[in-house]
Parts: sequence; C-alpha cells; structure tokens
Amino acid sequence: MERKRVVVTGMGWITPLGDDVETVWQRLLKGDSGIVPTTIFDASTFPTIFSAEVKSFELAKYLGPDTQRYKDSSRNTRFALGAAKVAWDDAGLTTCNDHDTTRVGVYLGGGEGPIDFDNFVAAAVSGWDAEAKNGMGDLDARKWVEVAAERLQVITEFEQDPNMAAGHIACLFNAQGPTFNTLTACAASTQAIGEATNLIRRGDADIIISGGTHSMLHPLGVTGFNRLTALSTRNDSYQTASRPFDQTRDGFVLGEGAGIVILEEYEHAKRRGAKCLAEMVGYGSTADAFRVTDMHDQGRGCIAAMQQALEDAGLKPGDIDYISAHGTSTEENDKIESLAIGEVFGEAASKVPISSIKSMMGHLIAAAGVVELIICVLAIRDGIVPPTMNYNSPDPNCPLDYVPNQARKVDVRRALSNSFGFGGQNNTLIVVRMDD
Amino acid sequence: MNSRRVVITGIGLVTPLGIGVEKVWSSLIEKKSGIKRISAFDPSGFESQVGGEIESLLMKDYVPKAYRKSTKIMARDIEIAVAAAYEAVKDAGLITKCLIDRGETEEESNIDPTRFGANIGAGLICADLTELAGALYTAVDGRGRFDIHKWGNEGMNNLTPLWLLKFLPNMLSCHVTIVHDAQAPSNTITCAEASSHLAIGEAFRIIARGAADICICGGAESKMNPMGLLRQQMLSRLSKRNQDPAGACRPFDVNRDGTVISEGGGLFILEELEQARARGANIYGELVGFGASSNTHSWSEPHPEGQGIALAIGKALDDAGISADAVDMIATFGSGVVEQDLSESRGIRAVFGDRTTRIPAIAVKGSMGNNGAGSGAIDLAVAAMCVKNNRIVPALNVNDVDPECGLNIVVGEPVEAEVSTVVSTGYALGGGQNAALVIKRMED
Repeated sequence: MERKRVVVTGMGWITPLGDDVETVWQRLLKGDSGIVPTTIFDASTFPTIFSAEVKSFELAKYLGPDTQRYKDSSRNTRFALGAAKVAWDDAGLTTCNDHDTTRVGVYLGGGEGPIDFDNFVAAAVSGWDAEAKNGMGDLDARKWVEVAAERLQVITEFEQDPNMAAGHIACLFNAQGPTFNTLTACAASTQAIGEATNLIRRGDADIIISGGTHSMLHPLGVTGFNRLTALSTRNDSYQTASRPFDQTRDGFVLGEGAGIVILEEYEHAKRRGAKCLAEMVGYGSTADAFRVTDMHDQGRGCIAAMQQALEDAGLKPGDIDYISAHGTSTEENDKIESLAIGEVFGEAASKVPISSIKSMMGHLIAAAGVVELIICVLAIRDGIVPPTMNYNSPDPNCPLDYVPNQARKVDVRRALSNSFGFGGQNNTLIVVRMDD
Repeated sequence: MNSRRVVITGIGLVTPLGIGVEKVWSSLIEKKSGIKRISAFDPSGFESQVGGEIESLLMKDYVPKAYRKSTKIMARDIEIAVAAAYEAVKDAGLITKCLIDRGETEEESNIDPTRFGANIGAGLICADLTELAGALYTAVDGRGRFDIHKWGNEGMNNLTPLWLLKFLPNMLSCHVTIVHDAQAPSNTITCAEASSHLAIGEAFRIIARGAADICICGGAESKMNPMGLLRQQMLSRLSKRNQDPAGACRPFDVNRDGTVISEGGGLFILEELEQARARGANIYGELVGFGASSNTHSWSEPHPEGQGIALAIGKALDDAGISADAVDMIATFGSGVVEQDLSESRGIRAVFGDRTTRIPAIAVKGSMGNNGAGSGAIDLAVAAMCVKNNRIVPALNVNDVDPECGLNIVVGEPVEAEVSTVVSTGYALGGGQNAALVIKRMED
C-alpha cells in the first residue's frame, strides 16, 4: 500500500494578535505583543491579572447571516468556525463542487468549552450546606439542583463538550468523513494534525479540516493554572511577561484562539488546481511516562518525538532549517526542550534558529500547536523566521539560538514544530517546502 | 507500507456489573442489572434518579505502592481507566512496570516500553462539585454572594495546587502510561460516546502503520455526579422510570423513554499479530475494520435515517474487505433514547437491508446504562467475549422490539451460535461523530 503525500492547501487563525493571516504574520515579525490586562472577567485580585485575549472578534465577519445559529455557542466553537471558514476559502474549497463529502474529515484538538461561571457559582454557593458534617460543610445536591436546573442553560452546558467545535465544523462544511477530537492538553492540535496526516496518507480521507481551538480564559481556567504556579505573575510588565528561554522567565501567559489548516492528499489537490502551501512529511508522538506534574528530567519523550518525526520524514537533523519551539516560558519546559533539541540535533543544534511566538501571543493551549505550524509554513514561504521576544538574559540551561528580539531572514526549506502537553504527551511535526 | 495485522490480546473492564471481563460476562449471562437508585449523592431533586454505579474501587489494588499518593489527584474517570488498564494488562499476560513494581512477578518485562502506546477516550470530566463548591463558598461576601475579588485574593487557595490536573481528559492516558511505562504514541480522544471506538480505531491504525507494536486503548467516563446527571437531564436524554431502576434503560424497546447515567470503562490490549504469536498470547480475535464519519445533519439531533452510522459501518466493512453478508452479529450502541435508537437502527438497516431483522444483535446498556466515553469499549469487549465463547448474551428490558427499529436483539436466555464476525457501532449522542469496528475470530 503506497503512502500518499499530504499537503497544506489552506490556513486560517483567530489569535490574540488578530485574525487575518498576513496581518498577524507581519505583527509577529515586528515583535508585537498581544498580551493585555484580562478583561473577559475581573481578574484584578488574581495572582495573574493579564492574558492574551482575542479582541473584537465577530463571527458574522466570516459567516454572515449564518452567524445567528451560533449565538449561544462557546468561544471555542466560534473561534474554530471563524478560522475554519478562512482556511476553507483559502483552500479554494468554497467554490469547489467536485470533492467527495464522505471523504472530507475533521480532526481537531479542541479544548473543553469555557464554564458558565456566574451561574455555576450561584448554584454551587446555594447548594453548599456549611453546617453539614459538623461544620465541615457538604454539598446538598437537592438544593444545588434547584438553582442549577433553573440557571444553567442547555446550550452553554452542551458546548463545553470538547467535540462540539469539530461537530459544528463538520456541519458547516458538510464534512461527512472521519471526525475526531483529541485533547492532549498543550499538544492537542499538533497531535490532531499528525494523526490527520496519517489518515490521509493511508487513504481514509482526501481532505481533513484540522487544527485546534481553546479558551481557558475564564476564572476557573486561570485559577487552575495559578494554583499550579504555571503562569507568569509579572503583573507590572505584562507585555514582557512571556520570556521563553530567558533566564528571568517565570511562567507562561495564558492565551486563547484557534487555528485551522486544510490538509489534502497531494494528487487530489493537484487535480483540482489547488495551491499547495507546504507538504507534511514527519510526525512523532510519544509519552514521557514519567510524572503527571513534571516533564522527564532528561527529555526522554521530547527527544523520541523529534526523532520519530525525523525518521518519518526521512530527514537528518542537519536538514532542518527552523524549529518552532513549544517554548512556553516556564522554567522547566524551556530547559528540557533545549536539552532535547541538543540531544537530537547534536552539532547542528547550535546552528538551527529556534523561536517561540508564545513570547508575543501567549499560550493558546490546545490551539497552540496549529498556530505554530502555520508559522512554519509562512516562514517557508517568505524566507524569514519570527523572533523570540523579551529575550535579554541568556540562561546557561538554554544555550541555543533563539532568534532573540528580531526576525531573521532564513531560507527555510524544512521546519520542525514541537508541542508538549501537561502529563507528558509529546508531539512533533515536520513540514517542508513543496518541490523539495 | 505493508499493513500489519492487529489482534486483541487483553481486555480490562470496570463497570457497574463488576470488575474484570469474566465477571462482567458472567453477570450478563446471569442477566444481572447494574442499575439502581443513585446512592453516590442524593438524587431526589432530579428527574432521573437511577443509574449504574461501580461498587468499590480500591486504587491501591491497581498501582505500585510508590504511586498511591498520585491516586489522590485522580477524578473518578481517571480511577476507572487506571483500574481497567491493570485488568487489561493482566488479562493479556503483559509484564509491565506496574506489575514488577507491585512485586507481583519476579520476571522481567516482556514488552518494549518505547513500542507500547496508549489511546484512551475520555469525556468532559466534571470537577468534583463538593470540593469546588466548598472552596467557592469561602469567597462569599457578607450577603452570601460570591465575591470574585475574595476568590482571587484568598479563596482559590482552598483548592489543592494540583486541582486542575484532576480534571484534564488526557490524565487518563497520562496516569496509565506512567504506571505501566508506555512511551509510544499516546492520545486522548474526546468525542463523547464515540470516543472509545475512535480511540481503538486510531490505535489499530498506529499499530498497522508500525508506530507501535502494542497499544492500550478504549475509554472511560463517569457521569455519576450531580453535574453529569443534570447535563443529561437538560438534554432530555434520561429515563424517568424511577420506580423500576433495573427496567429503566430499554434499548430499542417500544416502551423506551431514555438512557440512564452510569460510570465505567474498558481498555483493550491491541497487539501486532506476529509479536502476539511470538509471546504465545491468548488472542480474542482480530481487529479487521474501522470506519468513522460525521453526521452533518445537526450537531444536536441524530440523523433521522442514521446516515452517518451507515457511512461508518460501510467504511469499516470496506476496510475489513468483507461484505455485509459476512457479519454474523451486531453489537449495537443502543442508548435507549427514543430518536437515537431509531437513527441507529435505520443506519444499520441501510447497510444490512433485509438481514437486519435476522442478524442477532446485542444491546448491553439495558444492564449497565450509558458509560459515556467508556461505552464503546464495553460494547466491543462483550462482542469479543461472544466471539470467544460462541455465545450471545441477552439484552435486558427489551420485551417488545420497536417495529420501527426492527433489529433482532437477543433476549431471554443466552444463545449458542457461531459468532465469528462482529460489527460494533458507536456514536456521540451530541456532536455528530460516528464510528464502527469489525472484529473477527482469529484465523491463521
């Protein structure tokens, strides 16, 4: 069975730096920051009061009159639909009528939808019996459900299911083929694209709408990360808070958004005259199998994911011209990722430019990987790589070339993108220039 | 790229009908019901007050001693997966890190951890409401209203630092891979009730393409909590037959009025055929077909003609290289929800035509309710046992098959029959994902 080739024929994203692919790309090359004081909820007393919010997003801009159907949908769903429409148009599929809809699939790394916080809290507080258990307190389910059933809304609850964005996309584009959603935390959309690539390679689909969407910018999302002490608390200089690979880094900045790529079987794309933006050639996926709280201290899983991707692509480390790092700006990730790149790339490690756009748009969690893959495709197209901003104090544990503070012209023929999830799920993709 | 053959060499089940595949099988043969009035919390304020509960789950039985502390940060869903993983690994005769660390064996591991993957379906894990409500309550102001400033300043500190990790869906896979040292591709499919089928299907592909030799795969979920129950109630999916818990879930029956919430999961050990043979593994059967599709009619309602289900079954049969005529049993999803059962039946009919009323079919949710992301793996496990034993287990509560459904659901007593090729269907009750798997008796 011949392995089919897979290409990227369309791209779209909704990010804290904007929604238009070209505009966001230019802003990233300039080193703009999308990090702002949090306004989605009142975070003024939280340990972290800033985030990378998607601003002034209007779904109607993408879907026109269709938008009304999604008025109660979650931010995840709405971001995903916007990004998917842009990508679908970009791929020329809006005007294409000869694709087999049963062979168009969806594979997202979609996060759980934001919780309906105010109503959830109202029910939780009403249901709490502080006197129960000798003053320890306990939930009175009967009291809780009286308020919860009254205040919670069916669509808002339903929309929290992580498969909903994928379902909406399938409906909007009549994609009746294989549909999956993965939620491997911060690695999800990279994993989605890797597995989707393999579905097409095998012949299970001709086209897959892939990528991810996530917003954890709600009080419980930020609470969860603040309790883990994973977020930067540099409240006095939030625009420079995300400092991947810099010695003074103190955590990541939570962002939100979506990215979608249209993956297509090469011959199928050629037949319909689609423009091929880049080719997907390598995918690696591993588990650290170490601890739920920490990455493997020697980067075992990260190393194996990159090695698998290189092997899958039939490439050597020296063939890679750019690495779009996971680069979260946490003490641990940046150290281990650098160690792992050093281990895999050997002598080539110090020569390959590495950057983390999380320095500018924060961490989009499940959607981070796809946005970073799109960066790779654009870097290949334009021969320039974005900077790692806020990099001023080199860390001896991060001794590589992080393209500090200024975009750099690099002839990128082949790029590698890493995503590592909480709990040790690691994924790597390799994308190359067409005709390579 | 040569496609490698993939076989089932182990099954681990954790369900309201018991723990372990043999225990669940004997409960089904004895026609036991796992559905009772809910005791995990007071259900009296809910429309549906019955469900399937796992009786006891002692986590120390499933992890090495050094890992016991980590069991404190496991939501119920994760506990079920970790227990099912232990059961599956034991059943397959694998010697993993867990068994070695537990001192259960003197032997060395018989697998390569870098070739051992995981693909575990998960649901939307509900935060522990008691824990969270108690913490939120510390941030109410003098008038009894929640004050977010108070929460940010001090209230949130009432949650354990690792609180978030209890509820991330990928933690099912993460804990299982850590406990058993599985370092190959690891994924977490979150497509509601279709999750298990999709996860098993993907693991099948991963082994076939050579990215792993063994995968632990399936799914687990618990909706047995106030939030899980309320969400299903809001979606009008639940039976209100509170006076008759054991008779509440009636898949394909003319008097069905909804499903019941439950908790449980199933994990399989899938293994590349030659490796399984080389280590002399017991083989339940071969996984030969996988198909997946989306219902693009609506993200909240089933397709009236079961179009997506028919498409998934058709793809799975094509993948297996067999015709519908070769299928001798159907493992239905059979939720007990009126429109969903109708849609599924029509999808099945679109593939099997007139044979639909003759091919024996199983429907296990009458006995143990809807296990969410764990459902599909449980269905497939029972199907594999039917293949192994050439015996078909009867469905409970199907007294009068809805003529609109027109399936041949086996009822009454277990039926001895040649069962060599089975199709198992799965779909998300909302969201639109469908999948089907085909398993076959092992042939040389």
